[in-house]
Amino acid sequence: MTAALAYPDEVVTSAYVRYLAVPGLEGGLALITIDNGLDHTRPTTFGPAGLANLAAALDQIEARSPAPSAIAVTGKPFIFAVGADLSGIALIDTLDKALEIGRLGHEVFARLKNSTIPTFAFINGAAMGGGVELALHCHYRTLCTGAAAIALPECFLGIVPGWGGTQLLPNLIGADSAVTVILDNALNQNRMLNAGQAANLGLSDVCFEPADFLERSIEWATGVLSGATSISRPDIDRGQAWTAALDRGRALVDAKFHGATPAPYRALELLELARSGCEGEQFLAGTAAEDEALADLLMSDELRSGLYAFDLVQKRAKRPVGVPDKNLARPVTKVGIVGAGLMAGQLALLLARRLEVPVVLNDLDQERLDRGVGYVHGEIDKLLGKGRVSADKANRLKGLVSGSLTKDAFADADFVLEAVFEDLSVKKQVFAEVEAVVGPDCILATNTSSLSITEMAADLTHPARVVGFHFFNPVAILPLLEIVHGAKTDEATLATAFAVGKILKKSAVLVQDAPAFVVNRLLTRFLGEVTTAVDRGTPIEVADRALEPLGLPMSPFLLLQLVGPAVALHTSETLHAAFPDRFGVSENLRRLVEAGKSGVYVWDESGQHVDPEVAALFAGADAPMSENEVRHAALEAMAQEIRLMLDEGVVAQPQDIDLCLLLGAGWPFHLGGITPYLDREGISEKVTAQRFLPLGTASLPTPA
Amino acid sequence: MGVDTLLLASNERYPRGMPRHLREVVFVDGVRTPFGKAGAKGLYAETRADDLVVRCIRELMRRNPSLPPERVDEVAIAATTQIGDQGLTIGRTAALLAGLPRSVPGYAIDRMCAGAMTAVTTTASGIAFGAYDVAVAGGVEHMGHHPMGEGVDPNPRFLSEKLVDPSALVMGQTAENLHDRFPHLTKERADAFAAASQAKYAKAVATGQIGQDLVTMATRSTASGYGLATVDEPPRPETTVEGLYTLKTPFRPHGRITAGNAAGLNDGATACLVAAEDVARELHLPTAMRLVGYSFVGVEPEVMGIGPIPATEKVLRKTGLSIEDIGAFELNEAFAVQVLAFLDHFGIADDDERVNPWGGAIAVGHPLASSGVRLMTQLARQFVERPEVQYGLTAMCIGIGMGGSVIWENPAYNASTGARS
Repeated sequence: MTAALAYPDEVVTSAYVRYLAVPGLEGGLALITIDNGLDHTRPTTFGPAGLANLAAALDQIEARSPAPSAIAVTGKPFIFAVGADLSGIALIDTLDKALEIGRLGHEVFARLKNSTIPTFAFINGAAMGGGVELALHCHYRTLCTGAAAIALPECFLGIVPGWGGTQLLPNLIGADSAVTVILDNALNQNRMLNAGQAANLGLSDVCFEPADFLERSIEWATGVLSGATSISRPDIDRGQAWTAALDRGRALVDAKFHGATPAPYRALELLELARSGCEGEQFLAGTAAEDEALADLLMSDELRSGLYAFDLVQKRAKRPVGVPDKNLARPVTKVGIVGAGLMAGQLALLLARRLEVPVVLNDLDQERLDRGVGYVHGEIDKLLGKGRVSADKANRLKGLVSGSLTKDAFADADFVLEAVFEDLSVKKQVFAEVEAVVGPDCILATNTSSLSITEMAADLTHPARVVGFHFFNPVAILPLLEIVHGAKTDEATLATAFAVGKILKKSAVLVQDAPAFVVNRLLTRFLGEVTTAVDRGTPIEVADRALEPLGLPMSPFLLLQLVGPAVALHTSETLHAAFPDRFGVSENLRRLVEAGKSGVYVWDESGQHVDPEVAALFAGADAPMSENEVRHAALEAMAQEIRLMLDEGVVAQPQDIDLCLLLGAGWPFHLGGITPYLDREGISEKVTAQRFLPLGTASLPTPA
Repeated sequence: MGVDTLLLASNERYPRGMPRHLREVVFVDGVRTPFGKAGAKGLYAETRADDLVVRCIRELMRRNPSLPPERVDEVAIAATTQIGDQGLTIGRTAALLAGLPRSVPGYAIDRMCAGAMTAVTTTASGIAFGAYDVAVAGGVEHMGHHPMGEGVDPNPRFLSEKLVDPSALVMGQTAENLHDRFPHLTKERADAFAAASQAKYAKAVATGQIGQDLVTMATRSTASGYGLATVDEPPRPETTVEGLYTLKTPFRPHGRITAGNAAGLNDGATACLVAAEDVARELHLPTAMRLVGYSFVGVEPEVMGIGPIPATEKVLRKTGLSIEDIGAFELNEAFAVQVLAFLDHFGIADDDERVNPWGGAIAVGHPLASSGVRLMTQLARQFVERPEVQYGLTAMCIGIGMGGSVIWENPAYNASTGARS
């Protein structure tokens, strides 16, 4: 059975067995250590060979005479187990194999549940996915307070917890908590539980500190078996509470995806199935249903896109493509920021917190300057209030951030970032003034969202030092940083920009100097198509609903509201100037800006409505489009624009486009960013006569 | 955090100018890890030294829940080789790693084999003086990670000025020198004593007397997963005098010192709680032994094994006691001959029942700086069993020519149970 699933690159997890003499435990303890032989940076995972090792360990224990009094499973230092080996999952190419991997996990783990010898999971460290499910099959669980992360992230990737998680978890901690772990957390940027949170949910019977976790766990197990220690678990409400939990789960999944991806809906079905319990026949039926769901999802393009997206954000985001040697980077010991507005303040906070070097804000107006510095100091106080920084650290950070009315204060800065009004001549003037005071090696970075880096640098003495450093709002949350290579930007400047980006814990992508770079160009084109539909007479609600089947984090007009109509208008004007045939400037958008509206929607007690004043403001022709037409127009425009950007060399590969949309716009994993979705829907081939990615990358090797 | 919270928890204040009074010091409780054999195949080959002593400290605190952790005023931890996992001011780092409050200070201590013994006497002195109320004292030696002599750089003057004999730094040679000095302490007597040590230890294991001191210790092997140390690894209960006769004498051709009549190379840790007697009462801590007196004395380094003799003479003199007053002896068995020299000097028989009734280091092992507290913990347990004993003595020889000797009083002493004959 296992042979069909075997693949050569599995990092095989061993399951070592040691028979321990334990004071007070007559027959001793069989302790299984699951360990892939590598350090904690390569957490332990389960592939078919690893599962076979666990099965062999259980065989060995079962054959032992006299039998041990207890069986326990623990992990290598810092790691319990983090689930199935994703690289192996990507290789599964038939429904039969997909069914088999589910069954294999179920079969091996069930032995811990069905064991006549009491079984314990000593969860000593990070536990995710199959690792949590392994622990759930044991009769008892101890949890290390130092365990870094506990999660069932399957729905985040596009599958379900299919090694018993959907059946065992709700029956242990109740349906509502299970919905929190399996859906709510997984679908919110794959949120992890710390040990305290996991314990509060009831995932473990008891917690022990890291210093003597294993010794204490063994003592506790001894107490449980002797009857000296009792455990308490919650009664599970299988009636109203169960229904309410699933209703809550369905509501949050609908709000997020509008049915766009199957995994969370399959998870809901499985959670409903678990309502009747997880013993005997019910458990067999439940796990069989898990096998079916898992297999269907494993053979879905949504999952392949999810795995592709996961790989991009885990690997490509950390090792950006096309970056110069990091040894060329120059040290940054002081930062200047031109401007003292909200964006400048956010940037100052981030730079001071991460780089821990002096950050000087510069503005011509004392009051704005005071407000800017005051904002940063206030944010640091908030961090202090939340216990995120110590009082000493808050003092240090506040001491680092100051303001200056003149640029003389930049004289010894190594990195000056401008965040002034989006106007090329203003920015050129700013850089000229900065260049007059700073040293020749000081980097001049711009947070422009659409202007040309090359033009901005053109009149400087040292244009090679200019680089684009484009953050996304809110700066503290969105992880993307577009680092823009101007025509004359040199390698040391780029290397320094990437080094700074890494310290800021941002995921940087190298982008060539092109109008609006990647994310804003694509979102503007996308939004432009939706706005055009409204300009043509499509009702706002209809046009805005058209993209729901994609499961985007927010609808186009909500995005407009977040960005701000003025910024959106400015970007569309820039892009219109560059590409007048593809980027229009909507008169309706212009009217919205002129009317000083923050967007098309208003909210009241009954929810979200189109602002009647906006509806009156908008003029539409009499050629309304259907939702379907709007969606196709928008997606086809995206496909066209991405192909052009790749041809222009704005980024190296479609992967960079997807990474930008995943990290800079929060586009969902099940779309893989966007190119996998455009490929699988046939839109790329229709518009550009080719796919973006070869079959088998972010898709099944052969179409499902 | 304000300065106030950093202040020690004791509320006791001496009025300005008030004369000091000495306080009685008691041994509250002691524990140790099982001892392991040093080396790549040993129990603790992949276990850190600091983790061993941290485990002891945590278990001590757990066994004495009435002691608020912030009431610990000092953590003194001994190690002979203070580098690597025994370095970094191990008393302080062990306190932090054990989860004691950050306000609890600590330091590292080194008096070779008597490190833990010195940790106890030094903190006890601080308690008597009034500087501390409660202290943790202990020791650790991972001789697998830190073989004896690791990284040493003896001053060339030792040899050029003949300050010490060249044999002084090799403990086995100093023990051979002791046989030379006392020819009547033969290899046969040493072997007989060693075999008896093994037998007494085995019996004490069987009766549960050894186990009560032990804390379990998680042990990891990268090749075979986690394990749990629950018993001592070094003992050889099958030892016979005949078997010992055949062993090699690595320190001299046709010598007398063998692996069988000496303690081995071992890994292990110990820790104990010492407290002012009144504070122990206040905190409802047990009083296992009351400290009567101690002394350390230097001897010729090349016969360091005689150290306990002058040390004991001195402590008896200082406490006004005589050797006849001592009803229980816990003597460290670095070498059989060195214990025999002590017994011979004080006119005690080789097989006197008062001496090391549960065996000694020849059986259980001698992780250098940790051993002193093992002697004390065992003596404390014997006091409970033997209320007829009023005074007990813990003593050990110390490398580079010293001896240490500590006299304890049994709080359970009951004269009516019959004085020792």
